[in-house]
Amino acid sequence: MGNRVKITINGSVHEAEVEPRLLLVHFLREVVGLTGTHIGCDTTNCGACTVLLDGRAVKSCTMFAVQADGRTVMTVEGLAQNGQLHPIQEGFHQKHGLQCGFCTPGMMITAFALLQRVPNPTEEQIRWGISGNLCRCTGYVNIVAAIKDAADKMRGTPAPAGERS
Amino acid sequence: MAVAHGMGHSVKRKEDARFIRGKGNYIDDLKLPGMLYLDIVRSPYAHAKITAIRAEKALAIPGVLAVITGRDLDKYGLAWMPTLMSDRQMVLPIDTVLYQAQEVAAVLATQRYIAADGAAAVEVDYEPLPVVVDPKKALRPDAPVLREDREQKTNHIWHWEVGDRDATARALEQADVTVEEDLYIPRIHVASIETCGCVAQWDSVDGKLTLWMTTQAPHAIRTVVALVAGHLGLAEHKIRVVSPDIGGGFGGKVPVYPGYVVAVAASVLTGKPVKWIEDRMENIQADSFARDYHITAELGAKRDGTLTALRFKTIADHGAFDAAANPSKFPAGLFSICTGSYDFQSAFVEVDGAYTNKPPGGIAYRCSFRVTEASYAIERMADIMAHELKMDPAEFRLKNFIRPEAFPYKSPLGWTYDSGNYQGALKKAMEMIGYTALRREQAEKRTRGELMGIGISSFTEIVGAGPSHSFDILGLKMFDSAEIRVHPTGKAVARFGTKSQGQGHETTYAQVIAHELGIPEDDIAVEEGDTDTAPYGLGTYASRSTPVAAAAGAVAARKIRDKARKIAAHLLEASESDLEWERGKFFVKGSPQRAKTIQEIAFAAYTNHPQGLEAGLEAVAYYDPPNLTFPFGSYICVVDIDKGTGEVKIRRFVAVDDCGNIINPMIVEGQVHGGLTMGLAPALYEEITYDDDGNIRGGSFMDYLLPTSMETPRWETANTVTPSPHHPLGAKGVGESATVGAPAAIANAVIDAMWHLGVRHIDIPITPWKVWKVLRQNGVTE
Amino acid sequence: MIPGSFEYFSPQTLPEAVTLLQRYGEDAKVLAGGHSLIPLMKLRLAAPRYLVDLSRIDGLTYIRESEGFLRVGALTRHGDIETSDVIRSGYPLLADAARVIADPLVRNMGTVGGSLAHADPAGDWGAALLAAGAHVVATGPRGGRTIPLDEFFVGTFTTALQPDEILTEIGIPQSQKNSGGAYLKLERKVGDFAIAAVGVGLLLSSTGACEQVGIGLCNVGPTSLRAGQAEQVLRGKKPDDATIARAAETAATESDPADDLRGPADYKRDMVRVLTARALRLAVGRAKGGA
Repeated sequence: MGNRVKITINGSVHEAEVEPRLLLVHFLREVVGLTGTHIGCDTTNCGACTVLLDGRAVKSCTMFAVQADGRTVMTVEGLAQNGQLHPIQEGFHQKHGLQCGFCTPGMMITAFALLQRVPNPTEEQIRWGISGNLCRCTGYVNIVAAIKDAADKMRGTPAPAGERS
Repeated sequence: MAVAHGMGHSVKRKEDARFIRGKGNYIDDLKLPGMLYLDIVRSPYAHAKITAIRAEKALAIPGVLAVITGRDLDKYGLAWMPTLMSDRQMVLPIDTVLYQAQEVAAVLATQRYIAADGAAAVEVDYEPLPVVVDPKKALRPDAPVLREDREQKTNHIWHWEVGDRDATARALEQADVTVEEDLYIPRIHVASIETCGCVAQWDSVDGKLTLWMTTQAPHAIRTVVALVAGHLGLAEHKIRVVSPDIGGGFGGKVPVYPGYVVAVAASVLTGKPVKWIEDRMENIQADSFARDYHITAELGAKRDGTLTALRFKTIADHGAFDAAANPSKFPAGLFSICTGSYDFQSAFVEVDGAYTNKPPGGIAYRCSFRVTEASYAIERMADIMAHELKMDPAEFRLKNFIRPEAFPYKSPLGWTYDSGNYQGALKKAMEMIGYTALRREQAEKRTRGELMGIGISSFTEIVGAGPSHSFDILGLKMFDSAEIRVHPTGKAVARFGTKSQGQGHETTYAQVIAHELGIPEDDIAVEEGDTDTAPYGLGTYASRSTPVAAAAGAVAARKIRDKARKIAAHLLEASESDLEWERGKFFVKGSPQRAKTIQEIAFAAYTNHPQGLEAGLEAVAYYDPPNLTFPFGSYICVVDIDKGTGEVKIRRFVAVDDCGNIINPMIVEGQVHGGLTMGLAPALYEEITYDDDGNIRGGSFMDYLLPTSMETPRWETANTVTPSPHHPLGAKGVGESATVGAPAAIANAVIDAMWHLGVRHIDIPITPWKVWKVLRQNGVTE
Repeated sequence: MIPGSFEYFSPQTLPEAVTLLQRYGEDAKVLAGGHSLIPLMKLRLAAPRYLVDLSRIDGLTYIRESEGFLRVGALTRHGDIETSDVIRSGYPLLADAARVIADPLVRNMGTVGGSLAHADPAGDWGAALLAAGAHVVATGPRGGRTIPLDEFFVGTFTTALQPDEILTEIGIPQSQKNSGGAYLKLERKVGDFAIAAVGVGLLLSSTGACEQVGIGLCNVGPTSLRAGQAEQVLRGKKPDDATIARAAETAATESDPADDLRGPADYKRDMVRVLTARALRLAVGRAKGGA
């Protein structure tokens, strides 16, 4: 009783036969082998599983893989281009925006979507933008600084092709 | 070119490289060929007899291989396991469950989803038994005895006391002013964003068990496995525990949970790797809780504001098993640090542990063994006393602080504080926040009926357990270890007995070695967490990595430097005493051009070592700290209260920490930010409660309220530096200071805003409705 | 947390979807954004045998004004409403509400139609849209029908929709020059369901009296509630402080909250009073052309 899905992930097409109940996050982690997207809760609260779906940041634990059929997904593994870190990744490293690293992929994907929409965000806008992603280590101060740092670097430079909705 | 930065530099973290690329190696990322999955059936009842477990429907699902029960484990002597506190804990129950969400049976299947289906299909019949959730009721003689397996037919676990009972009673009687308050510190949960889990792999040919597991203490786990399962042929040299990247620990990944044990048993029985990953609700509902302390606190003082006596009586709710993770001799942890930053003449503390129908634990929540409980209680009480005496809380503290010249200071409860300058930290915090102006603003606002509060917390921590004369866990002395190998080309590998869960050890330990040897951080690979390679250590918790393991790293590096001196003398044809060390090289006194770098020396250690000296350049150190370290700080919080809704808004929060000498200021600041947020959380948001039937309330992230970026203020941090006199680097540890210090600052600020209305205390978490209620009671409304 | 098995359909047209619902009846569930349903399925509190995913049906995502109504397609996501210029410029009540539903990531998937059809009394759209005087359009085998939102919420998690009907559109009277609104939500933390929330929509006459007024209450009763008596207090009157206070007190008596982790019932009732007064003041200010 499998359903066939074809999902473009980080620029490559992945086809597979899946159970309809297979959550997108498990599809990414276990079928495709992209383990950078994490699971932190059962109740759509923590955002560790955040990916971009057709350019929007969504919680991949609250979505079936079949819902993503024919769509485009970007995960943390798709942030760096040609071995070059994305300014958001650089920002998190430079500003100590991560500690245990578990929430980091989801946090960076949310930041990516935020900066596409709001290239020059205020602290308040950043805090609002990441309020669906829980971090237990950093107290958010340095995450805000990291995103601000990335925004400063990114402004005036075009976003990587194909990730804009 | 790579540079040796050493201590005091904000070196960017080495571990970031994999985490920012999504290439971390967390437990659930591990996938082995033929791996099976475990899912757990849990009890809906808080106390019940199991009358039947029917597995047929589960076993009928294709892919379900086995349903494991307590009776199955009992055949192998594995239905129970020892806790770290000399109690025992059910792995799976044979006939009785003692708390809701307790493990009842485990389902083994070929796939994760099928294991979940299997767990949903197992049918269990229960006969409910009377439930006791209140530890005070549990200690009454008429309470049902919960632990029928014990010889002592009582819910009382232990009594622990320290200090002079009689002298303290006299001092309280003689005090001009006394204050007394009941303080409840609720049940909370560390809730690291990664839950717990493991992969157990039994190699039946080699007879070797490899256990990848989310543990903060891999070596201790290896020994525990050997002790518990030795009778099944598991010997310690055939057990390898690997702690992969850990997505946050905070104390929750110290204990052994039943799922780990069942996974090991299942792997041994099937010969296949078995993965068990708990979900969030299992994590919050069944894994070790923190706190749950019912404290009755009393302070005595002279009319002039001098504190004289302290007496704390506490009931500690330990749930169904005493599965705390304290050092063996300290059933209430280091709660006796509760005299805090003040110079008391007499003090007395007693704690009684009780069993209830709640999950076990009593572990830390990002704090050294019960230190937050102690710090919160003394800092709340100090504020109550200051207000009672109509003294400014800052002035009151400055008057009562242990003086800088009094260190090393012997506390009335038996600790010897290593160093401190409490006045310095508080004055700095007051200056940063503009204390005097804030008090003026508050007075002015009060005339308009606006509620604004200022709260101070001047905490003293006790970390770095610990000296072997007093500190052990299951008899294992609480030293820690480092092993450094310098390779011929001058690059080094360093392994430690601890395990980072986000603290950045790969960077900070490298800085310590770079500091001592002059080898650039980039040329040092730090490894932890694999018991087959790392030297034995007790792990990372209780802020002990810097005080104990980093000290071991420094000592090992100094051993290497001593040997390097011999080699350098040989290479330079000089006597050892004529050589001087400058970071990274030895040179001949008076002729700095005659020098050998550590890299040249390392090469010679393998290619041209002096006769009579062993080849190679490596060292191991097991560091047994002579004393604990006593980090401290002063925090000031400003809150505004919405009179209509009872909401508390933190306007500013200044934290001045003193953790002695600093290895990496960037990482210290990050630790303080995180610690403050985990101090904010229980002060205003987080709590796990139970109804009278023992049903958990707040068992998921829907109701267990981790602060988001919107609740968390922009923390303002600073440091003072008072080195530890006994630590090789003068460092003290910082990971938990802020979690210890922050709750009282916030609670004090809230009460400070309302003291003039007659509000004396509100138990944390201070939720909007609690504030609304006391405002109502005092006639304030919008 | 793993959901149970089900069969999945993703019809391309509305009639196809309706046919599937007719065929499977109570065993089928409609999937829109999935952010109410999928969490329940993961907890195995919901176990539909058939899921009918609407997301591939064209033409259900829009925000437009026509024939005196603001029309919002049922699959329009909370986030689209939050960022819509039409909403931001003319519908402050909806803009306020969209901004406080769950968290930004949930708002990127959750839909206004899905939220209403789920009929959780804690859902923000119910209270906000009751205040706005909204209706919904239900499409079934017999075509479309309009249901006033006042008649839509039958009970907790139950609506006036038939099992073979799909909520396809939400209509709201178009905003006018002197209309204003506000939605105020008190929550334990960002992303939480409301302790209590109050939506207010109003239209002031040329003399400054309340010509039309709607007050909706969130999470203080078995369904989203409309505070009809409080509206009555305001209707035809100038919203001065005394009238607002009286309306707010009336709204509080109309609420029917329960004790829970968010607080005791008396607290929540008082929060209805406080929030109603604050929302009314904000809405009046906006109707008069303030921010």
